[in-house]
Amino acid sequence: MGMLEIRWHGRGGQGAKTASTLLAAVAIEEGKYGQGFPEYGPERGGAPMKGFTRISDEPIRYHCGIYHPDIVVVLDPTLLLLVNVTEGLKEGGSLLVNTPLSPDEVRKRYGVKVEKLYTIDATKISLEEIGKPIPNTPMLGALIRAMGGMISLETVLSNIRKKFARKFPEKVIQGNLNAVKRAYEEVKG
Amino acid sequence: MAKNLLALTGNDAGAYAVKQVQPDVAAVFPITPQTELMHKVAEYVADGVIDTELITVESEHSAMSATVGAAAGGARTFTATAANGFALMWEIVYIASSLRLPIVMALINRALSAPINIHGDHSDSMGGRDTGWVQLYSEGAQEVYDNIIQAYRIAEHKDVLLPVMATFDGFIISHTTEIVDTLTDEVVRKFVGEYKPAYSLLDIDHPITVGPLDLYDWYFEHKRSQIEATKHAKRVILEVADEFYKLTGRRYGYFDDYRVDDAEAVIVVLGSAAGTTKCVVDKMRKDGKKVGVLKLRVFRPFPAEELADALKDVPVVGVLDRAVSFGGWGGPVFNELRSAMYNLERRPEVVNYYYGLGGRDINTEQIEETFNTLLEIAETGKVKERFGYIGLRE
Repeated sequence: MGMLEIRWHGRGGQGAKTASTLLAAVAIEEGKYGQGFPEYGPERGGAPMKGFTRISDEPIRYHCGIYHPDIVVVLDPTLLLLVNVTEGLKEGGSLLVNTPLSPDEVRKRYGVKVEKLYTIDATKISLEEIGKPIPNTPMLGALIRAMGGMISLETVLSNIRKKFARKFPEKVIQGNLNAVKRAYEEVKG
Repeated sequence: MAKNLLALTGNDAGAYAVKQVQPDVAAVFPITPQTELMHKVAEYVADGVIDTELITVESEHSAMSATVGAAAGGARTFTATAANGFALMWEIVYIASSLRLPIVMALINRALSAPINIHGDHSDSMGGRDTGWVQLYSEGAQEVYDNIIQAYRIAEHKDVLLPVMATFDGFIISHTTEIVDTLTDEVVRKFVGEYKPAYSLLDIDHPITVGPLDLYDWYFEHKRSQIEATKHAKRVILEVADEFYKLTGRRYGYFDDYRVDDAEAVIVVLGSAAGTTKCVVDKMRKDGKKVGVLKLRVFRPFPAEELADALKDVPVVGVLDRAVSFGGWGGPVFNELRSAMYNLERRPEVVNYYYGLGGRDINTEQIEETFNTLLEIAETGKVKERFGYIGLRE
């Protein structure tokens, strides 16, 4: 495997930062090299923002933005109307969108021309499992499914537990773990 | 030895090193993008992992003052800051080195105001280049960890006794999660050793005076002794790096030259952009273009002879500066490097680029374009532009 580059699009408060760095930590735990970094702007809740993840079998020496991602993850479907989320997406690259729509409906409604398009209703899952519309952890579950076994579901789950243990009560942690598992199963495309 | 690989941000890696060194005293004041580092150190203290005495102060001027006081009292110390925080410390930063106090500080590089900008450039640390501190720059989180550990050994060496700042680029390194190969607490504590201060205000059996009036009768001689200490630091930096290499297998020196030997064009750069440049070098080498990169780790003391020797056979050198010397003849790295080459028999052509101010990203395409300009100079022998910019709107 060469280097896999992922770009996350979200809005402030949706957890794109946590997801981009958490995935890097998961990759590192799986014996790979990982790098995760968010784009820091004024950090307003609701403002469009980006996160980045690199995964590789070789040491990662890049310290620059990702301009030609292999995968783009969109945490908020309204960004499809605001931001050119597929900008620089590699030929044959994948797009994963948080939406109740099917991949074909996304293509039709937003005019997205990506062959490998995946969708998941991560907001619904997070509302049902966590009680809050924070779609980052279910999006992680859907993403690793779309990545086709490169990262194991178990390592994602144990890392979420580790990362959240100090911050959140057990109920919230369990809700997040359930959300990841559900999204892993329910992703379409 | 089994590796202990952790996923850490640059700030986490710095805090982890501080945890393992366990300084006696640390002064804490928050400023973006440094805050998370001291936050983490404070967490180690609150959790009882380390027994470092935390002093929560009301400004950076006080942070450095508290550190100076503690160090003069014989304590092993630590503090951290960035940009305007460093600027506010200024008066005491100079006093710390002049009093020969082996303080270690993490300086998370951030652009100085105005306009207000929280992102990484080198205007803060380059502004402090003449304060008498040793300066170590880091390419990534691993080097943050390694440099902070080595900083204690350099600072506290009996021939040095100077403060050391370990710097790293704000956000680009401080907030990026990466793999860090860590040592055990025990190994780190053994490497830095128990701190036995040469002088201490608290040693009442051997009373000393710190910071008395020193006019034209002796001030000059004291500055001379500081100059000599900085020269010793140059030697000690390599000795410590050698020992660290034996412990970890990770080699450090004044700089890291990558595919420089037969290169037609070399970029000299410090900090996070060095890794990206190495990737570009590998790509261009595959296309048959002879390019290389030299990453400067130690800016103070400046390794002038060694740099000149490493670059003496390179036809064209492009120096990248992430800090402006307004009205100066080029940026700080360019200025000193070019001067260091003056006595070479055959001097390389040296050009200068400003890049990345206020944290602006420098990407692979821009670096490749810069290399191509340097190669063109090597081919034609003509310099169209001695001073340029990378990634700037005109």
